Amino acid sequence: MGHDTDQNLQTVPLADFHRRMGAKMVPFAGYEMPVQYPAGIIEEHKHTREKAGLFDVSHMGQAWLHGTDAAKALEKIIPGDVQALSTGSGRYSMITNDAGGIVDDLIVTNWGDKLFIVVNASRKHIDLPMIADASKGLAELEVVEDRALIALQGPKAAAVLSGIAPACATMAFMSAMETEISGVSCHVTRSGYTGEDGFEISIPVGDAEAIAEMLCGNDDVMPIGLGARDTLRLEAGLCLYGNDLDEETSPIEAGLAWTISKRRREAGDFPGATRILNELANGATRKRVGILPEGRAPARDGTAIHAPGGDAIGTVTSGGFGPSVGGPVAMGYVAADHATAATALELAVRKNMVPATVVKMPFQPHRYFKG
Amino acid sequence: MAIKYSKDHEWIDIDGDIGTVGITEHAQEQLGELVYVEVPEVGANLDQGDEACVVESVKAASEVYAPCSGEIVEVNEDLADAPTTVNEHAEGDGWLFKIKIADMSELDEFMDEAAYKEYLKELDE
Repeated sequence: MGHDTDQNLQTVPLADFHRRMGAKMVPFAGYEMPVQYPAGIIEEHKHTREKAGLFDVSHMGQAWLHGTDAAKALEKIIPGDVQALSTGSGRYSMITNDAGGIVDDLIVTNWGDKLFIVVNASRKHIDLPMIADASKGLAELEVVEDRALIALQGPKAAAVLSGIAPACATMAFMSAMETEISGVSCHVTRSGYTGEDGFEISIPVGDAEAIAEMLCGNDDVMPIGLGARDTLRLEAGLCLYGNDLDEETSPIEAGLAWTISKRRREAGDFPGATRILNELANGATRKRVGILPEGRAPARDGTAIHAPGGDAIGTVTSGGFGPSVGGPVAMGYVAADHATAATALELAVRKNMVPATVVKMPFQPHRYFKG
Repeated sequence: MAIKYSKDHEWIDIDGDIGTVGITEHAQEQLGELVYVEVPEVGANLDQGDEACVVESVKAASEVYAPCSGEIVEVNEDLADAPTTVNEHAEGDGWLFKIKIADMSELDEFMDEAAYKEYLKELDE
C-alpha cells in the first residue's frame, strides 16, 4: 500500500529516531511522518493530557522575515495585528485571500529585528511565495531549512524543559526566547496545538535527535504521533487547515474574529476585508460550532448535519473519538440560526440519524500558562 | 465445525447452518484500538458481500462484509459498551454476529487456518 509514492516523500530530521521508537510511518503532506508509536493513539493522547508528549512538527514551514518593515509587509496579506506585537511575543493569525477565505493559518512571533513565522506543511508551498511577494521592497524572507521543530506538550512540559533549560520555566503563553539546551542554541516559544501548556522548540537539524532523545529519556515524556496530535487539537477546539479552514471559509465563519484587532478592522487594509468586515457587522450566514453526538458512534468529517427531522443545515469538518472526553466529539459548520449552544441537531452517520447538540468549545479546558 | 478465513481478514466459525463471524487478529492489529462497533440488526437478510458491520478505530471506520448470504440471527450486544473486546479477543469473545448460512457453497473459496497464515505471509512480502 502506498509504496509507489514513497520515493517522492521527504524525510524529517528525526526519521531515524521515530523508527527506533517503533513508529508506524505514513505519508502526510509530502512527508513520511509517525502516525503512532507502539503505545497507540489513545494512550499517547492520555499521556499528553496527564504528563508530557513530544511531537515532531519539523514538516511545518519555518521562516524568518527580516527588516524593520517586516510587520507591515506581513500585514498586507494577514488581518492580524503584527505591528502591535511586542518583542518576544507571538500570536495566531491567518493569510486571507481577496474573497475573504483563508489561505492558511499561522503563528507569527516578533524577535525584535525580525519575525518568525510557522505555517502548515500542506500549505507552505503556497504561503511562502505569497509572503515573499508581499515583502518586496519592505522585508526579506529567509526560509528555514536547517532546523527541526519539536513540540513538548502537557502539564509536565514546563518541569521537564526547565530541568535542562531553566529560563523556560517562567515564560508566558505565546512568548518566545532564545536559550541553550545542552549547549545548543534553540528558539523556544511557549505554544502548541493541544490545548495544554507546552513549548515549541526550533533546533539546528544536526542536534535535533540528541535533544529529542534526551527529552524522551525523562520518564514523564512519551513520543506522540499525528494520530494523537489530531485528537488532542480536536478536543481543544482548534482548527485543522484543509478540514475546518479553507479558501472559501472566512475567519468570521470560523469563529476567529478575535484574531483581528480594532486597528485592522478600522483600517480594513487586508485581503478580503469587504466580506470580512461585512460579516463582522452583520454576522456570517454559517458558523463553526462544537458538536457533541449522543451515543458512541463517531461522526467524521463530511457527515451531513440536519435540523432534527429536517433539512441538511451543515457539514462536520472534523470529528472522531475524543480519548479524554471518552466519547465522540466533532466540529462543523451550520447555518447561523442553528449555531447557538444547546441547539439540537441530527447527524447522518451512515444509515442512522444520530441526535447531537451544539456545545461550546473546547471539549477539554485549555491549560495554557499565563504566568 | 470448522473455522474459515476470508481475504478481507474475516473469520467464520461454522456450526451446522449457523456461522459466527468476526475479524481476525491480523485485522484488529491493523485497525488499532476500536472505539465503536456497529452491529447489524437481528433479522436482517444480507447478500454475500453486503456491508454487515462497521468497526471504528480512532483513525477510521472500516466495513465488515457478510461472508455469505443469510439472515442475521444474533449479534454481540456486549460490544456496544466494550468495543475493545474485539482487540483483546478478536477470534473469540470479540465475535460480531451470527448468520444463518443460506448457501454453504459461497464459503468454498474461503481459506482454512493454514492457508490463511500462508496468505498473511504473502501480504507481508
